[in-house]
Amino acid sequence: MKRVLPVVVLALLLAFALFPFLWAVAASLRPEAELFRGPSLLPERLTAEHYAALFEERDFWVPIRNSLVVAGTTTLFCVIVGSLAAYALARLEMRGKSAILGLILAVSMFPQISIVSPLFLLLRSLGLIDTYPGLILPYLTFAMPLTVWLLVGYFRQIPADLEEAARVDGATRWQVFTRVVLPLAVPGLAATGILTFLYCWNEFLFALSFTLGPERQTVPVAIALFRGQYQVPWGQILAASVVATAPVAFLVLLFQRRIVQGLTAGALKG
Amino acid sequence: MRGLSDRRLAWAFVAPALAVLALVALFPLGWAAWESLHRHDLRMPWLGRPFVGLENYADIAADIRFRAALGHTVFFTAASVALEILLGLVLALAMDRTFRGRGFVRAALLLPWALPTVVAALLWRFLFDSQAGIVNSILNEPLVWFVHPFAAWVPVVLADVWKTTPFVALLLLAGLQGIPRDLYESAAVDGVGPWTRFRRVTLPLLRPAILVALIFRTLDAFRVFDLIYVLTGGGPGTATEPIALYTFNTLFQNLRFGYGAALSVVVFLVTFGLALLYIRLLRRQE
Repeated sequence: MKRVLPVVVLALLLAFALFPFLWAVAASLRPEAELFRGPSLLPERLTAEHYAALFEERDFWVPIRNSLVVAGTTTLFCVIVGSLAAYALARLEMRGKSAILGLILAVSMFPQISIVSPLFLLLRSLGLIDTYPGLILPYLTFAMPLTVWLLVGYFRQIPADLEEAARVDGATRWQVFTRVVLPLAVPGLAATGILTFLYCWNEFLFALSFTLGPERQTVPVAIALFRGQYQVPWGQILAASVVATAPVAFLVLLFQRRIVQGLTAGALKG
Repeated sequence: MRGLSDRRLAWAFVAPALAVLALVALFPLGWAAWESLHRHDLRMPWLGRPFVGLENYADIAADIRFRAALGHTVFFTAASVALEILLGLVLALAMDRTFRGRGFVRAALLLPWALPTVVAALLWRFLFDSQAGIVNSILNEPLVWFVHPFAAWVPVVLADVWKTTPFVALLLLAGLQGIPRDLYESAAVDGVGPWTRFRRVTLPLLRPAILVALIFRTLDAFRVFDLIYVLTGGGPGTATEPIALYTFNTLFQNLRFGYGAALSVVVFLVTFGLALLYIRLLRRQE
């Protein structure tokens, strides 16, 4: 009993966690007419028609490209600028360090909705509505605090002796940072980059507010606004959901250990 | 670089990130506060943008739809966070006891957490769909979930629980693994039963982790937008509309930017108040 109970509980919760997704994958492979006849465990016929329609009729490449450009640029910028800031906050002597860390944490807790109206007016006056920079700039509000916060944690884990040894050998602070610290921090930089990318890839409110049409819509916005002529196009919506989840699932499977470390360390040490 | 002192170098390193935060977060927040003191209606540009003092806030105080939206948000937050902490605790305890296949379990649990909220909302809308959904084909009496003002909450809360319980569980698991094993052993030596051990050893030591999970989840649930926008659109009518969605509709449907800015300042102040309250609680713990 003592050994069985946790396993049973775990199995039930795992089923709860996986079922909706597996169900959607199965449904995305069934013909539309069959879907509306009600659910069944075994599809009568498998089809890839929804996936084909997604790319041929709906140009789903466009939102995928938009998401990749916006999430990729934001992540790259944040990791570069954020790693400088995080190194200083983790290692260098400076005043007001805890005030800066507190500010960064506070910004990361900002409700997005509370800055959406001024950001809209700002982007409109700059002519950036419905452009890539018009999404990348707002994304920095949540991506920058996240990157800095996670990287401070990683930099603190790097043994200080190595840096001191390099200093004794006559290296400048900058050389220590680029030649000693950064190479050691590569796993941490990668994990941070992945998490930042995921947050950008999944973002919805800003992408919905600051784009006007399909040309610049990101994947979540495009899927949420799918409309059919007569009824909800479930087949295509589910196929698109599977496509949107695929990169996420891939990254999660590959880097699950690091992601969990980053998440829990960031939260518990905060 | 050699000429810079350590302190100057530190500031040079931090400056770009701080400049970015000032530009994209602090400046807009100040702008929203200023905007909230004006009447600014993008539908009627000829009216200009007159300064009206605190009139927008007075209007919010008397706004029935705002009060309803606030109620929905509090209800959603309380219901989903309570379920998530409870289920997350069960899940974390189960994971702490089993060793085989932990990597697989962790990856499977991370999937709902990592996928876009929009996708999670769509998956649950599909499960609860009146024609194609599996929930109705299991129930004897089919229900059109999304036209019923209270039933519409069921998929909303379930979807949120489904998506975020894994995060809570992983946080609590990290907390559980920080509890020294010999405490359990000495409890076993003293002949204490599992329930007492849980209440006297596990729960008190896990309290900081639970509190952290509570903070993150409450602040997150309070600003719920994506999930409800996609699942119910705030409907039927405005029966499931949270404050973030009401603010969004005020801004982008009605184009009332002054009033919308006032709403967003209120959302910010409430969230900020909650955060301060929690931080004080956390400090007292330590």
